[in-house]
Order: sequence, then structure tokens, then C-alpha cells
Amino acid sequence: MKTGGEPAAHTEARVWSILENIADPEIPAISIVDLGIVRHVTADSRGVEVGLSPTYSGCPATDVIRSLVVESLAAHGLEAQIRMVLNPPWTTDWISAAGREKLHGYGIVPPRLLAGAAGGAEAANDEIPACPHCRSAQTERISEFGSTPCKSLYRCRDCLEPFERFKCL
Amino acid sequence: MSETAPVPARGRERFEYLLRLGDTSLVLGQRLGEWVGHAPALEEDLGLANIALDLIGQARLLLSYAGELEGCGRDEDALAYRRDVPEFRNVMLVEQPNGDFGLTIVRQFLLDGFQRELYAGLAGSADERLAGIAAKALKETEYHWRFSSRWLVRLGDGTQESHARVQRALDDLWPYTNELFDEDAVDRAMAGAHIAPPLAAIESRWRPAIAAVIGEATLQLPRERGRTKAGKRGQHGEALGYLLAELQFLQRAYPGAQW
Repeated sequence: MKTGGEPAAHTEARVWSILENIADPEIPAISIVDLGIVRHVTADSRGVEVGLSPTYSGCPATDVIRSLVVESLAAHGLEAQIRMVLNPPWTTDWISAAGREKLHGYGIVPPRLLAGAAGGAEAANDEIPACPHCRSAQTERISEFGSTPCKSLYRCRDCLEPFERFKCL
Repeated sequence: MSETAPVPARGRERFEYLLRLGDTSLVLGQRLGEWVGHAPALEEDLGLANIALDLIGQARLLLSYAGELEGCGRDEDALAYRRDVPEFRNVMLVEQPNGDFGLTIVRQFLLDGFQRELYAGLAGSADERLAGIAAKALKETEYHWRFSSRWLVRLGDGTQESHARVQRALDDLWPYTNELFDEDAVDRAMAGAHIAPPLAAIESRWRPAIAAVIGEATLQLPRERGRTKAGKRGQHGEALGYLLAELQFLQRAYPGAQW
């Protein structure tokens, strides 16, 4: 048996703990589990299956993440199949509370929760975030697009530092 | 040139339909990629590159699916790199050369307006895989629409020069919008099977949405004119050949080359 004969629930827990240690290649401050892109982990006699969702259709990190998962599990003796899950599409609401804290600590303004909020993503993306460095509310958006598909660019008018914000999606 | 193998009749229309969607995204993504390093400001350079990336990602999902449906062993790369002009099914609007920044914005605006209605409809498709791709693409397209419609207002309601340029671009590109809503046998088959929304329904939402932004931009909606194009049936202009020459060069010169 490819999972080494241990009970399925045990294997699945082990897989999750391995995945929790895989950093996002573009935002290494958070893990792929914090990012909310791991959709499921199942283990049975055929092996391990990990469901992954892309953040954006064309995110170049997706292929890298796929190989990282396969390699990391292989290093622990686990043979994994990856299933790409598109529906329902990934939303920034799935970023964990711990993930949001880590983003903030890394200098990236985390996305606001969209569930239950009025106006959806458009209204949320129009809110002006506080500066993650000096907490000033006097900030301005420089560009709706940033260095990766998932972020936009801002500047603080008080401390003059530029910063990024995770787009609400 | 043609490596197209026959497709069973049942899957043929859906295959054709997916090529139209995938090729439209691929060709526009390639066009936007031409701006990298040339846009008026770094922020817009990033914006256009990000939109290009989304479009190419959507094209990969759509063309992979098309290849599987065809069942002849062609994957996304075979479809993108080893078909010639007459086998491409993109609408002619997206193959139009970039022109100035204003024309690029107008082209983007007209297509974003179309794609957001299209993907909203496709998200409820009877084809679950296509519905999944569309639901994902819809979120991205809303963001593109925001970018292109804001720029259209800024340029249209800007200086005399910027206003004149985007009005000219709108006049030049308008005849290519007929094709978006030109329903043929493939479209009817897809709508009949509840795989795609009817084009007339998309048009009835697209028209007021773009007219509102065009009005806010103080631009004039051009009058209907021009012969309907048939890019989605493989009839293209000269520009697509040059685009494909650049897109496909590496795989044509070194078939099967990998990074």
C-alpha cells in the first residue's frame, strides 16, 4: 500500500502538516495552506490525492506549487496525485486568520473579508487601507495591479513608504 | 500545415466553440504582452501584463479542455503553437494591432464588456468543467473591465488630444464588434444544449453597459456600419499572421523544445 499501511485519517493529518510547511513561492511569508488553495486531502489504498486551486487562472506560481507539493510529499515517502479544483473558484476569504496576520507582518495589507459585506469585491478594493508600516490612514493607490496578479500597489503619504495590498477576490 | 484530424460530429461543435473562447483570450493576451516595457508608465505596464497573464491562463484552461474533447492527442501547446492562421478561431477584434495606448484601451474595453457577460452566462453552463473555468475567469474579467472602463473615461474626458484619439479608436474598432454577436450554427448548438448563453442575451446586456461608460467618457457611440467579420470561422486579417509568427517561432524552429 502506497500510504505505508497507516490508517487513512492518520496519513491525511500527516499530509496536512507537510503542506503547512510549504511556503508560497511568491509570498514566502505564508504557507499554501494559509493561502487557502489546498482544497482537500484524501488518502486511500491507491495513494494520496491533494486538491489545489489556482489563485488566478494565469498565476505562474501554480505550476511551481504543484511540483513543490509532489516533491515534498515524496520526500516523506508519500506518492501524491494532484487534482486541480476550479469550482467554486478560490476567494481571498479562504486565507486563514493566521495567514492574514502573517501577511500584515510581512508588510502586505491583507484582503478584507467579502462574505456578508455589502458591495462585493469592487467596494472592498476601493477602500483605502491603513499603512502597514506606520498605520497612517493617509495612503493612496498607485496602481490596481502589482508585482503579482494577486496584489495592488499603494503609497503612504505620511511615512512615504510604498506598500502592497492583497486584492479582494 | 494542417494537423487537424477529424473530430466525431457530436463533439465537433463544442470543440469549435472552446477554440473560439480560448483563441480569443490567447491572441489578446499576446497582443497585451507586446506592451511590456513600452507602456506609458510602469504602473500601466504592470496592469497590461497582469491582464495578459489572466487571459493566457484562461486560454490554457480552455485549450486544454478543447484538446481533450477533440481526442486526437493535441494539448494546449499543440493547439497554441502548431496551428496556422485559418485554423485560429478568435474574433478579429482582438488581433487588431495595439496602435496607441488609447486604442489598446478601447479594444480591451469592448472585449472586457463582452467577456464579463459571456462568463457570467457560462458560469451556469450545463458543461460543468466550462462552468468552473468561467466562474474563475469572471472574477478576473470584472477587474479588467474596471481597469479599461476607468481608463476610457480618463482619456475620453481628458484633453482634446486624448479625447480625439480614443474617439478615433472607437470608430475604427466598432465594425469589429458585429462579429461578437454574429450567431452561427456552432453558437446555436451551444445555446440549444444550454452549454452557452444565447448571443442575443449577451448583446442586450453588453450594449447598455458599454454605452453608459462611453457616455461618461463624453464619447460618441458610433453608428452601425461595416461588414460582419468571420474570425471565429477562420477568416482573419494580415495582422494575425505576424502575431502568430512571433508567438510560435520557437516551437516552429525547434519543435518540442522545453525549458
